This record gives sequence, structure tokens and C-alpha cells, in this order.
Amino acid sequence: MNSNEIALKAHLLRRAGFGASRSELESLSDKSYEEIVEDLVHPERFEEIDEDYLKRYNPELSYHDGHPIHAGRWIWRMINTKRPLEEKMALFWHHVFATAHYKGDHTPSTIGQIQTFRENGLTNIKQILLDLAKDPHMNYWLDNCENHSDQPNENWGRELLELFSMGVGNYSEDDVKQAARAFTGWTFEQPLPLYPYGHYESKFVFNEADHDNSEKTFLGRTGNFNGEDIINIICEERATALFICRHLYNFFVEDEPQIPAWSIEPPRNPEAVDAMIDILMSSGGEIRPVLTYMFNSDFFKNSFYKKVKNPSELVAGTLKLSGRYAVVPAEGENVGTLYNTAAVMGQALMNPPTVEGWHTGHEWIDGGTLNERVNFAVNQFNDVSSPGFEDILGRLGSVVKSADLVDKCLDLIGPIEVGDETRQALSKYADEVGDLELSTDEDRAENAKKIARMIQLIVATREYQFA
Amino acid sequence: MTTFTQKDPVFVVVQLSGGNDFMNTLVPYSNPAYYDNRKFLNIAEEDVLPLDGTLGWHPEMAPFKELYDRGMVSVVQGIGYPDSNRSHFRGMDIWHTCAPDEVSTIGWLGNVIEQLDPRGENPLTGVNFGVGLPRAMSKAGVPVTSVSNLDEYGLMSGISAQQQRTQALQIFKDMYGQAVGSGPVMDYLSRTGMDVLSGADLIKVAPQQYESTVEYADNPIAKSLRDVARVHTANLGTRIFYTQQGGYDTHANQLPTQPGLFRDLSRAVNDFFADLEEHDADDNVVMLIFSEFGRRINDNGSGTDHGSGGGAYLVGKPVAGGLYAEYPSLERDKWEKGEDLAHTIDFRGIYGTVIEQWLGLEAAPIVYGNFEQINPFRAN
Repeated sequence: MNSNEIALKAHLLRRAGFGASRSELESLSDKSYEEIVEDLVHPERFEEIDEDYLKRYNPELSYHDGHPIHAGRWIWRMINTKRPLEEKMALFWHHVFATAHYKGDHTPSTIGQIQTFRENGLTNIKQILLDLAKDPHMNYWLDNCENHSDQPNENWGRELLELFSMGVGNYSEDDVKQAARAFTGWTFEQPLPLYPYGHYESKFVFNEADHDNSEKTFLGRTGNFNGEDIINIICEERATALFICRHLYNFFVEDEPQIPAWSIEPPRNPEAVDAMIDILMSSGGEIRPVLTYMFNSDFFKNSFYKKVKNPSELVAGTLKLSGRYAVVPAEGENVGTLYNTAAVMGQALMNPPTVEGWHTGHEWIDGGTLNERVNFAVNQFNDVSSPGFEDILGRLGSVVKSADLVDKCLDLIGPIEVGDETRQALSKYADEVGDLELSTDEDRAENAKKIARMIQLIVATREYQFA
Repeated sequence: MTTFTQKDPVFVVVQLSGGNDFMNTLVPYSNPAYYDNRKFLNIAEEDVLPLDGTLGWHPEMAPFKELYDRGMVSVVQGIGYPDSNRSHFRGMDIWHTCAPDEVSTIGWLGNVIEQLDPRGENPLTGVNFGVGLPRAMSKAGVPVTSVSNLDEYGLMSGISAQQQRTQALQIFKDMYGQAVGSGPVMDYLSRTGMDVLSGADLIKVAPQQYESTVEYADNPIAKSLRDVARVHTANLGTRIFYTQQGGYDTHANQLPTQPGLFRDLSRAVNDFFADLEEHDADDNVVMLIFSEFGRRINDNGSGTDHGSGGGAYLVGKPVAGGLYAEYPSLERDKWEKGEDLAHTIDFRGIYGTVIEQWLGLEAAPIVYGNFEQINPFRAN
């Protein structure tokens, strides 16, 4: 592969997945970019991740107590899956349909929702919204279990319209109330009690006796609507297609302004979003063709460094480079700790701060979170015996000339491009360490740390903060 | 501006995220309309901690009531703004930016910090404790420090050899320090990186110096307020502190949820002021406690939906204490949107009160207009 081709594939895998090590990129050398896109949007072509080893070393995963270990396991899946877009879409829908564990405190429901996103994330928007409306975790999060025919609770009805489908300004307060009425009686079966055996799964139930069975007028249509009718009507609206496509563009292509601004500020690239809307609407709401179009588009291929990595991308992507937390975790690699690494960078997976989800783009970065991001990435290369670093070292040959050190490391860590100031600062370090011999064990032991330091400096750059 | 202290005035904001139910915080227990409309979710008259013959505190607010009784709490009854937005995010945006009609990225405290430290000389002029900087404190070009863990704050802390860490920090400085004009996000990263470098150098003395006999409880708001106390008592020049307590979005299960939040909050605030008093560092600190909206007058059988008018509190030695503005009317024809408490004073007037009477700055350019103020501070 020539360097442009590698750079483009690396870009695709950073966005549609969680990055790729050099050996992963090399294993794709006989596939064209378009073929890789096809593979990504068809995760079923690849085997599901084998969790046996993980569970052997983390027996607490078999219990449903506390969600952090399951959030950590999710990051482990992001690192190791052969179906990267499946995990990426689960993360995407988690961003859009933000539901937090802290309210329900019911682990099977929390992880069950993410599993639903994994399974339906590439299907149809109607299916996805319907599954969401029936999801016990969401049902409890937005109180639809308290939405009764004689006493409606409009929380779910409002957020369905405002945050999950149409966006502010495309419906009236009365539409919110009507939607809430249509979802009365949509609740869940109380799971068996926690004690003595732990949490049981909860499941959706439609309580007909508690459903408001009278006529509703919603978005100008009148009828005795049930929740599914509301979702069907929502999905006929162009506003919904715009909202979903803008989310996809924001998540995969380029950072948009934050969602509350969407009713006021137009998309950054209206032509791109319009083309995505047309595909979504003409296919009756199918997500897969929209993604295929998007990943193959020029606007996607030209979007290098237009997105700040979210913390999950930073954590999983860096661990892919260092080769830690692999399919067979090494000793001391407790996946539960991965939850906290992303949480202190502002993304507590399965625990978004509010139903609006996380503010993204440069809002991931403030003094505190930048400190965490830099320190995490740097710390992954403190240990020169990590498999990822050994792989990088092995690719550097028997001697690295001082003048080549920066370029070779930038290439193997991405490839990533850096600005002039960054290059000058890195080159200054390369000048200080001079030419590095790697031919004998003694040389390697002596010089590995100096090369690891170069990698540490690269993952501390501003450029590394971008996906 | 108050002349209560010769020290620089310090302002601490505590945000109650999710929309706190004001009616069940300061309960209008003598008003039958309260019990008529809060059939399920009410605090019984015998349970309230009476403030006077008509209002009483939630029973879990006892440590807060104690501060009130000492004249250290000025209650702003009925705070809000016209045509309240019931969305948390938009609602919070409006409180953070004072811009109800447009989406602004300039926080009101970002403006305040800029005026307190126009050349951005001290990255600790504004300090946030928590994960993620609130929009209220953000303004392009205004350095602020956001700390999630005060005890381990600092770049490259994992490189153990001091000489090598120093070298890595120097290269970090070279990489982040020189970029100009390579795009707004890249520039923002550069500035943030440089602020982290200098802020971390300064703030690391705070945990080293701090000693106290006050034992805070083990919960997030108590930890955050202890961090505020540790940095404030280290005299690092911080003028604006910000932190938050989440969990107030009580659409359901409000009865079991709200008391725990109040217990944590009221004890943490009480401990915080006791701590400052022990350090003789309480005469120049004023705290504002607010939430993005109040909740619906009628409960929904289990909780309360998003409403409009709510309450806020100014706390500290410099305040005069007592009740300010009017308690929102519970008479049905006075309800906003037919179902909410109507606000009786605009939050921008309360911000203005703090900006002018406490911080000594001009309010209008920060809150975008002139709004009715109150006089909650002691004269001297």
C-alpha cells in the first residue's frame, strides 16, 4: 500500500471503528477502501468477539452487580472486536439516546440497552426508535412507567421529539402531550427481586388497561394512536431525517455545533447532510446505505482532523496501539478499570450526565480533561515491554537515524500528520537522542526507552487529540 | 459594593442540576393550595422546619436552616426568567450565558473572570471542580482551571524520573505554546495545554498546605466543597469557584430521592462554612446555590415534571440573611403556562446583584441589560 492509501484506511478505521495498529492495517492491504467499507457495514461477515478468556479472568462479569465493569468490558470490546462498526454504532446511539445507569441502578437493563444498539444499530430508524420505546432502561429513565392514562407523564414523549428524533422547533407543546398520551401503558414487567440471587432481567409490557384509548391529534394527523403510530408518523418527517443525519455527520465526519444550537445554526456542510437525508428517506429509514454513502464520499475522505476524539476513542485507540487489554488480557489488566479512564476524561460510559448526552467536539477538552487525556496516553508507553510497543520497535530496523525518528514514529502511530511547531519540538528531541542502534539486545534495552519517549511525546500532541 | 471585608471578594457557585423542586425545599406549609395541588408529594406541616408562620424548610435541610438562623442565608424566592424553557439543556444554557434568545458560547462567569483578570495572568482566577467545564465559565481566551482530582493534578505525572518529566514538559510547552492561527480548535487546544501547565504548577500547593478539623461526609458535593476550601485557603488568587450536585430531575420517585440530595447538600454547605471559619477565610466568600428551573405545581403521582420559577440562595458571612423577592403565588390564575410557579424576579437581576454589589463590576454588559436587583448583603 502506498502511504496515501494507508493514511486513508487508517482514517476510515479511526472513524468507523476505534483505530488500527500497523499490523491490522497491513492485514487489509489486499482490500480496496470500498471493500473495507462494505465489510464494516456488514459486521455479520465476521465472527463475534470471543469473551471466554475475558470472563475467565474477570469472574465478576458473570454477575450483574454494578455497571462499571460492564462499561469497561465495552471498551475492551471496542479494542478487540472484528466488527468495529457494530461497536461504533452502539456508541453512536448511546450518544444520541443518552440513558444513564445512575437512576435505575439495574445493571441488566443498562447493559441490555447497549446490546440492543449493537444488534439494531445498522438497521432501520423506525425499528431503532421502536426498540428504544420498548427498552426497560429507557422506559424507567424517562418515567414512561409513570405515564398513566389518567395521569400522563410527558418526559418520554418530550425527549422522544426533542432529543431522539425531530429536534426543537418542529413540533408544538401540544404534540408533546399527545405523544405522551399515545405511550400510556408502555411499561415493563417488574423483574424478580434482587435478593438472594442478584438482578434479573426486566422486559417490556404493554398494559392495555392503562392505555389512553381515545383520539389524539399529533403533528396534524388525527386518530386513536398508539406509541408505534407516533413513531411511524415521526419517521415520515423530514425533520427526523435531518436530525439523524446531522447526528451521523457530527459523530463520524466533522464536529458540529452542540445540539441545542441546531434549531438555529444550519449544518456545516448542508449539501452532504441533504444527500444523506435523501438516501435515508428514499430507503424508508435504512441506516446502512447512509453510512455506506457517507464513508465513500469525498467529504468524509477530506475530513482529517475535523473531529476531536471522544474519550472512548482515545482510550480504545491508544490501547490498540500499545497492544494492552487484548482478547486474552494480560495479568493485572482488569477491564473494570477502563471505565474510569474514560470517565475522568468526561465520558462515563453508560452514565451520560443527562438525557442530552455528552457535549462533543472541542467541549471534550478543558484543562482537567486534557490533563487526563495526555497522561493516560503517555502512561501507556511507560512500559517498553507492551506488545504494541515491541511491534513498533521491531518495525524500526537495526538503526534509526536521528533525522528519521520523527517521521517513522508518526507513521507507525497513525500515520498522523503534525503541524510545523509540533514537528520542530519533536525534532529537537530526536536531535538530542541522536542515532539509535537497535541491532543488539543491549542496544535495544538502552534505546527502547528513548523511542518510547518519542511515542509518548507524539500521543501528547494536539494533533493526537483529533480522530 | 459591600465594604464588609478588605480582602478580594470570592464567589462560589453550586449548581443543582436537573431542576430542584423549590416548593418542597422551602415549603409554603400554611397555604392550603399547596396541599391541594401536591396531593401525593407534599411535606406534612408537622415535618417542616418552620422558618416563619408560612414557610418551612424540608426536614433534611436542618444544617442549612442552621446557617439561615445565623443570618448567613439570603433566600431568593421565585427566581426564573420569562417564558421559561423546560428543556434542561436549553434551560441550563440560558442560566449559563444569560442569552435566552440565542445560543451563546460565552458564559457569564467567563465574562466575570475576564474582567477580574483582564490579561489572563492567573489560570486559577476561575476554578471548576468536577468533570467537564460548565459553559458558565467558558469564554474564548479566558483561562480557567477544571480539576477532577485535586490530589493528582498535573501533566506527565506518570513519568517518574524528575529530569525526564521536566524534559517532556518542556517539549510539551514547545508543541502547545507556539501555534497561532492553525484553526480555532487547534488554538483552543494550545491555550488549554498552556493553562494546564501553569495552573497545575500553582494549584499543587493547596493539598499540601491544607489542614482542618472539619470532617466532610463522603459524597460528591462534600468532596467538591472540600476541594474549594482547600484551594481557597491556600490563597492562590481564585475569585470564582464552580461546582455542581446532580440528581434533581425527579420526575419519579421524588420522595425517596430528594431527601438524600438535601442531606448531602445541606451538610456539605454547613461543613464548608465551618471550615472557612476555622481558617479565618469566611469573611470574603459568598456562595450562590441555584437550579435551572423549579418543577410543576401539580405532582404526577410519583414525581414532578419540569416547571418554571424556582428558588436560589446566597450564603455566607457577608450576606444579611432573610427572604428576598416574593414567594410565587399558588393561586391558580397566577400560574405560568397554567401549571408552573411564575417567577417573581429575573435570575439576571440576582447575577447583577452579585456582580455589582459583591464583585464590584458593572452588571449590564455581562447579563445583557438592566434587571431588578435585591440588597442581600450586609452594609459593613
